Amino acid sequence: MAQAVTIYANLLRRGLFAAGAPPLIPMSSPEPKRMPSTIVRDDEGALVSLAKSGDLSAFDELVNRYERRIFRLTMNITQNREDAEDATQDAFLKSFQHLPDFQGDSRFYTWLVRIAVNEALMRLRRRRPNVTSLDEPVQTEEDLIPREIEDWGPTPEQRYQVTELNSILSNATAELEPIFRTVFVLRDVEQLSTEETAEALGISVPAVKSRLLRARLRLREKLGRHFAQRQQA
Amino acid sequence: MNCKGLIREISDYLDGELAVETLTEIEIHLQRCKDCRLIVDTTRKTIEIYYSTQPLPLPNDVRERLHQALIKRLGRRPTA
Repeated sequence: MAQAVTIYANLLRRGLFAAGAPPLIPMSSPEPKRMPSTIVRDDEGALVSLAKSGDLSAFDELVNRYERRIFRLTMNITQNREDAEDATQDAFLKSFQHLPDFQGDSRFYTWLVRIAVNEALMRLRRRRPNVTSLDEPVQTEEDLIPREIEDWGPTPEQRYQVTELNSILSNATAELEPIFRTVFVLRDVEQLSTEETAEALGISVPAVKSRLLRARLRLREKLGRHFAQRQQA
Repeated sequence: MNCKGLIREISDYLDGELAVETLTEIEIHLQRCKDCRLIVDTTRKTIEIYYSTQPLPLPNDVRERLHQALIKRLGRRPTA
């Protein structure tokens, strides 16, 4: 029960289901889906304090806790396993080296993500210098015009095996331009807030929102190729 | 609110970050526009599907190299 409360509270925090204001229009999946609970556990602050005082086993626990997420993040950004591995290693090493500078103004996880993003982007720029500008791209209203308008059914993801679904999702994000992909991954996969995403990337909140809008719409189009339930002729 | 206007606001709508006035305009539009209802629904599902994914276990070789690097720099192996 407590877990269910946490899950729902997390959804409310994310705004996917507006608190106290159910949509006037019932969507095809009106029931909140089960989502993972918050990434950051309550004992993170204590672990960070211990690690700062030199307790390596506390830092070990932080590594074990976040290594999968940080590797997924760096893979998503770089789209290259070798770069992702290097970026992950350097993110953890740098986070340990700079722990004394960590003031606790943000969550450790967010701070670690920021370091990992920088490491990943540095490698991406090195490998693809012509396509990884974080400057605001030219965006037009044309970008926003939906082309796929088909029903997906209530649970389209359940029509696929887990590995196949993961492949569909990762291929779709890989096709996004890096500036859209990075924002989407931070917001909707790693679950940072808009403000945290802006801070991690050194861009404004409106820029995060603009890129997130485009990323979500483009991914919707890409996933629609797999999930749309076409009308039978 | 027309369809173009709704698309511009769809992200903030799904994040619950709209002012009441805009929210009301969107929901009135949704009542009469089936295409926009489908677009909102499928965009919501796009977010939910990614949101609910869990990271895969770190490949053993990647994990081993990460931990070796930490041993080298920090002087000990992270406990598994």
